[in-house]
Amino acid sequence: MLQVKETVSNTLCFHCGDSLPEQPLQLDQHEFCCLGCLGVYKLLSSHNLADYYVYNDVPGQTQRSEKFHFDYLNEPEIAGKLVDYTDQNITIITLYIPVIHCSSCIWLLESLGKINTDILSSRVDFLKKQVSITFKNTLSLKDVVELLANIGYEPSISLQDVVKGQRTEKADRKLIGKIAVAGFCFGNTMLLSFPEYFGLSGVEAEFRNFFGYLNLAFSIPVVFYSGRDYFSSAWHNLRNGILNLDFPLALGILVMFMRSIAEILTQTGAGFVDTLCGLVFFLLIGKWMQQHTYHHLSFERDYRSYFPVAVTVLENDREKPVSLEQLNKGDRILIRSNEIIPADSILLKGSAQVDFSFVTGESLPVEKVLGEIVYAGGRQLGGAIELEVLKPVSQSYLTKLWNNETFSIEKDTIGTFSGKASKYFSIVLLLIAAVSAAYWLFFDSSKALPAFSAVLIIACPCALALSSPFTLAAVLSIFDKNKFYLKNTSVVEELARIDAVVFDKTGTISNPEAAGFAFEGAISVEQRQLVNDLARNSGHPLSRELVKWLNLPAKFAVDQYREMVGRGLMGSVNGHGVKIGSRSFLGLPAGNTDGGSQVHVVIDDMYLGNFQFRQKWRPSLAAVVSKLQKSASLYLLSGDQEHDRQSLSIFFYDAGQMHFKQSPQEKLDFIKKLQHTGKKTLMFGDGLNDAGALKQSDLGIAVTDDINNFSPGCEAILDGASFGKIPAFIRQAKDAVKVIHMSFAISLVYNIVGLSFAVQGLLSPLVAAVLMPASTVTIILFTSVAARLYARKNQLL
Amino acid sequence: MNMIFLLIGISILLALIFLVAFFWASKSGQHDDTYTPSIRILFDDEIKNTDEN
Repeated sequence: MLQVKETVSNTLCFHCGDSLPEQPLQLDQHEFCCLGCLGVYKLLSSHNLADYYVYNDVPGQTQRSEKFHFDYLNEPEIAGKLVDYTDQNITIITLYIPVIHCSSCIWLLESLGKINTDILSSRVDFLKKQVSITFKNTLSLKDVVELLANIGYEPSISLQDVVKGQRTEKADRKLIGKIAVAGFCFGNTMLLSFPEYFGLSGVEAEFRNFFGYLNLAFSIPVVFYSGRDYFSSAWHNLRNGILNLDFPLALGILVMFMRSIAEILTQTGAGFVDTLCGLVFFLLIGKWMQQHTYHHLSFERDYRSYFPVAVTVLENDREKPVSLEQLNKGDRILIRSNEIIPADSILLKGSAQVDFSFVTGESLPVEKVLGEIVYAGGRQLGGAIELEVLKPVSQSYLTKLWNNETFSIEKDTIGTFSGKASKYFSIVLLLIAAVSAAYWLFFDSSKALPAFSAVLIIACPCALALSSPFTLAAVLSIFDKNKFYLKNTSVVEELARIDAVVFDKTGTISNPEAAGFAFEGAISVEQRQLVNDLARNSGHPLSRELVKWLNLPAKFAVDQYREMVGRGLMGSVNGHGVKIGSRSFLGLPAGNTDGGSQVHVVIDDMYLGNFQFRQKWRPSLAAVVSKLQKSASLYLLSGDQEHDRQSLSIFFYDAGQMHFKQSPQEKLDFIKKLQHTGKKTLMFGDGLNDAGALKQSDLGIAVTDDINNFSPGCEAILDGASFGKIPAFIRQAKDAVKVIHMSFAISLVYNIVGLSFAVQGLLSPLVAAVLMPASTVTIILFTSVAARLYARKNQLL
Repeated sequence: MNMIFLLIGISILLALIFLVAFFWASKSGQHDDTYTPSIRILFDDEIKNTDEN
């Protein structure tokens, strides 16, 4: 064990675990890859916090990209929106820190008080990757955030944080409280009802009234607190002319409560209090099952969660942080390396290397020249640039998409099976109740009211109401194991209905990880090694991709290294002069360049050829397409030029299936057009430019290769690694709908058995008390077992 | 048999105390984060000797 540890520390940076360079930095017999990592170690060990490295090997994050700019946090207006609480002495803020990943992170972040005693307490929520910090006001918010950044835990502060609400959590707590009350009353009433069911002897009969009144007391909080939502929902729906399952449920609860009051007060029976409490308890559990939440995922993101809170504006040569809403047309902004361009603007100074991967999914950066328009959403990779804002943030090419009405309409989820079935169920139920009451009025009027109420009690569709949530919750957890995360349970039923599938191209069906190079020309293994060692020093995406693809260890140190950002690199490696880069950088005659994705190589003034960057489709694409084709029509929407049309035509035979050069708005409109032809549309996308289409489609799925990364607002998030399982997911969704149908049938059988007692006026509290839990347990068992059996059939378990 | 009135009263009172305790726990946020405390409890106050196994 100890030996393994040693070898690890010999080749990897002690702080972050990256491979060490030729001459690693050393301190206290530990080796570091860069000054940043060394700095963090120094800071921690000087505050007696070196235990950080004991809990886990290499717990840190690489510190190679430094330079933080948090000046905007000193603007009281911005800071005021971010903090949770502030008074004269202390401030509390909750920050989202995406790099939290191990127990060392928790330990360090909760020991912040040792570094700066003005930090009074800090508390980590590991699953949400949040830290809540309380600090004295002698410290500014900027100081706290800078301290976090300096120890390698840079918080992600975005506009969506500013507007984030904690509403869902409170609703969740309320439901849990209602379940607790219902469960408490259920247990007690069951206990108090047993003597009645087993029969009381003459001596014990004196307790009957006592037990009855106690039961009644327990039923009051269940009806008026725990079950309140069913009444308000049924009433609300009735007023809008909708008959959903809440109506017979509310009716059942009400009738049970009334009849229990009547029976107990007149001392004619024991009432149905325990059935009533059990019913509400199980119903609420079903409701709770539906609220499956993923703490680490957000389905509601838009551009605001990705854009910074503020941007640096140059005013009379002075830098001033300005929040994005206050950015006006004509402002001159300064964008530093690795910052996002927040609004459409014109490049005035510097060389722009813009990475639009968040917008388009395209991993290679785009070069912009002076005077060119740069659209919002790109990340500047080169040095600092200055731009003039053309349009305010909300009116930019990309962000104006969110002004579309699609984003203000809530998607309609009434179309679920249980929604439709319950309408007929309610009508039939009322009919049966009315008919049996009429029958008894005719023959034996004393039995009319008992029969009428008994029908409404026994047919109360508890099992029916539970079959959907339990089946869908089981499917959700099966999908979850396969790295397919759904926003809520109704998405499953939506997925089962899909008959048109639309794919985005870059990042969705192409695999950014599997992208590769092909070399045109002749190059030896030694020469590859030289290129590898040179390219290692560059942060340019193409160089990084190349190093990853070459997959060679670092061997030689580079002398006289020079990089012209975005154009090429040169240096002396092992005595050879090596140059790689674009044609113009190497002084080659202009040839047919393919969008800047070629890397030309010159070694010792000899041109060897070029590495050509190739998109690779996800390996499972062919299988997915051929399987989906059987049940749905497929389309491809891409914002790119047409150069991939040829290679994609093996997947999408018909030219009408592929649409290139689509703007975000056109993508949205295309989905709309499909829906007008009556298609239920599923959209796969990954970038911000798909956000409109994802929102408009009946079901929008964001494909991402790193779940913790940004993904646009959608109904489901799919890990790229599970792309090949899409047909299986759809089949599982269809099977889930089948399971719901079957469990409906089972619960109907229970209802019919109960009804046969009820219409004869024979329903005793004992029958109800047995039937209700029995049917509930049957449904819960059946749905979870059946869903898992189908999952095994679909090879998802 | 009158004892039963008292016993049932006590048992319900006890159950009520648990219910109130649950609400108090829920309100003070004890159910919001059910994972981090399981790690936090494993931290030592101060680890002195790092090489000891």
